[in-house]
Amino acid sequence: MRVSYLVALTAAMAIAACGGKPAAEQPAPTPTPTASNDDAAARARARQDSIDAENRRRAAADSARMAADRAGAVMTDFKAMIHFDYNEATVRPADQAVLDRKAAIMQANPSLRVRIAGNADERGSDEYNLALGNRRATAAQRYLQNKGIDASRIDVISYGEERPLDTAGTEDAYAQNRRDEFDVTEGGTNLVAPQ
Amino acid sequence: MRRACFSLLAIAVGAAVGAGALAAQDAGKASDAIRIGITYRPGTRPGLVVIPGPGLDSVRAIIARDLDYSDRFQLVEVGPDAGAAAGRGGPVNYGLYRTYGAAYGVEISATGGGVIVRLHDLTASKVRTQQAYALPAPGDAGFRMQVHHIADEVTRWASGSEGYAASRLLYLSGGRIYEVDSDGDAASAVTPGGVPVFSPAWSPDGRRIAYTRLDRWTVEVLDLATRSAVTVPGTDGGQNITPAFAPDGRTVAYAHMDAGGTNISTADVAQRCCVQRLTVGRFADNLSPTFSPDGRRIAFVSTRAGPPQIYVMGADGTDQELLASFDFGSTGPSNAPEWSPDGASVVFHREVSRSPQIFLVDIASQRVKQLTSAGRNEDPTWAPDGRHAAFISDRTGRRQIWVVDTETGRVRQLSTAGAARLPSWSRRFRGAGSNP
Repeated sequence: MRVSYLVALTAAMAIAACGGKPAAEQPAPTPTPTASNDDAAARARARQDSIDAENRRRAAADSARMAADRAGAVMTDFKAMIHFDYNEATVRPADQAVLDRKAAIMQANPSLRVRIAGNADERGSDEYNLALGNRRATAAQRYLQNKGIDASRIDVISYGEERPLDTAGTEDAYAQNRRDEFDVTEGGTNLVAPQ
Repeated sequence: MRRACFSLLAIAVGAAVGAGALAAQDAGKASDAIRIGITYRPGTRPGLVVIPGPGLDSVRAIIARDLDYSDRFQLVEVGPDAGAAAGRGGPVNYGLYRTYGAAYGVEISATGGGVIVRLHDLTASKVRTQQAYALPAPGDAGFRMQVHHIADEVTRWASGSEGYAASRLLYLSGGRIYEVDSDGDAASAVTPGGVPVFSPAWSPDGRRIAYTRLDRWTVEVLDLATRSAVTVPGTDGGQNITPAFAPDGRTVAYAHMDAGGTNISTADVAQRCCVQRLTVGRFADNLSPTFSPDGRRIAFVSTRAGPPQIYVMGADGTDQELLASFDFGSTGPSNAPEWSPDGASVVFHREVSRSPQIFLVDIASQRVKQLTSAGRNEDPTWAPDGRHAAFISDRTGRRQIWVVDTETGRVRQLSTAGAARLPSWSRRFRGAGSNP
């Protein structure tokens, strides 16, 4: 799109340049000033029009880019993970603000749907960690529902300890792995920021 | 006599250096709250010798190892002189083997298409039992299982108790299910790669297995002979985990997980119907069901009191109550229960200082006993003899399958291959004919 506009602009400028100079150097055998003036005016108009069009296009592109940047920032906010204490499935007070932001984004983007994936660190029982991951995912789901988000827009899944982010086996790694992830399943394009 | 003493000493040292060293560790430490009721009593096992003979070396080696692993005999090894003498065949020299301290001698000789096995009572100088067995050629399907079956027969003749050699364990490695003989040999893949699965469990007849498919979160039952799989009713929505067969072979219990929590249901896989929800826990998770051998009760994990602990209920969901007592606030989470084949106890793992250890609870007395203490030990499963249990231990630095004798505390390593998880031990297979 941008390339074709540039080509058009370049062509318009070339026509204006080529059309202008020879007209000034070449003596008119049969002067027809009116027609000549009309031609020059038309060419100037065409030139200005194409410049205006390009400016409008650039402004639109800038505005689209800014909107995309804003949507990307909204998406980043929306995908921010929350974390849990060992063997716990209670949303930490500090993570409530993170979930509040997600609820606001879902309210501002009615077609947005999410799947919350609950995860555990690798210390607990392999099978119980699936139930624990489910409880962590449903804790966030319930929080969003309490903020007015329809249950039908939120799926939950648990991966237990099967998908660790960090396999270092340190306390830090365990803490990173005890988490909810938020994956957009629908309506993730052109997200608008909440008011 | 001097030589016999030396042999016994050598065996005792061998046991201590091998499995015994770790057994001693496991029996040595107790948490503050729990007394360990297991002591290693090597002296109560009668001496048994597998008599050398011509040919059949691999058969004798497998049987001798199985009899050792039964923990019901003190295996006696004979010196080269006796071996050379016996290697030529001929009548059993009772006096010679008595000097080695053996009470029983197992004689195995080739016959047309099979073997004759004789159990000699060395004290009474007579054959106690003898039996002929068909035996496939080594390497043929069913060879090892038939040899294991013969070992179990000898165990029954000599001890009056059932062995567990003719059985196989399922386990998970790299998202695939494998199976392996009870002696740790002949491991092979059961499920293809590419379809990640979880929580394998045997059917009572050893012909089918149940597991969770991690790509669909359904519970499937796979027929090992036909390779056809069916989805267990009620598991095509939500996430469905921790399947277990009932003793009837047609009922499968599992935990169904969704936004409402985790709860146990049963379904009839033969009729493909009759899903029945057994637990209703809006604010608690219920999972990991395991049937009593009479099929009337189910032990399971529940978080109804906070951390996961072991409970029991009727197979219809009635009469739910605590099974393994715990001190609120101090006892660690408890998981992975499995009811013993004799019905007498439930084995499970419980975290002690954040490290899981193998425990069992006696059904009659409700007493809880700790069986391990070295490293992380989890996900126990009963051998068919109701005396041994396999579990996953990281004591070598890698998750491997180990076996503990719940009566003596003796442990041995079963698997040495890649990391293993979630073992499930079959019931006894009936000789070569029923080897799946």
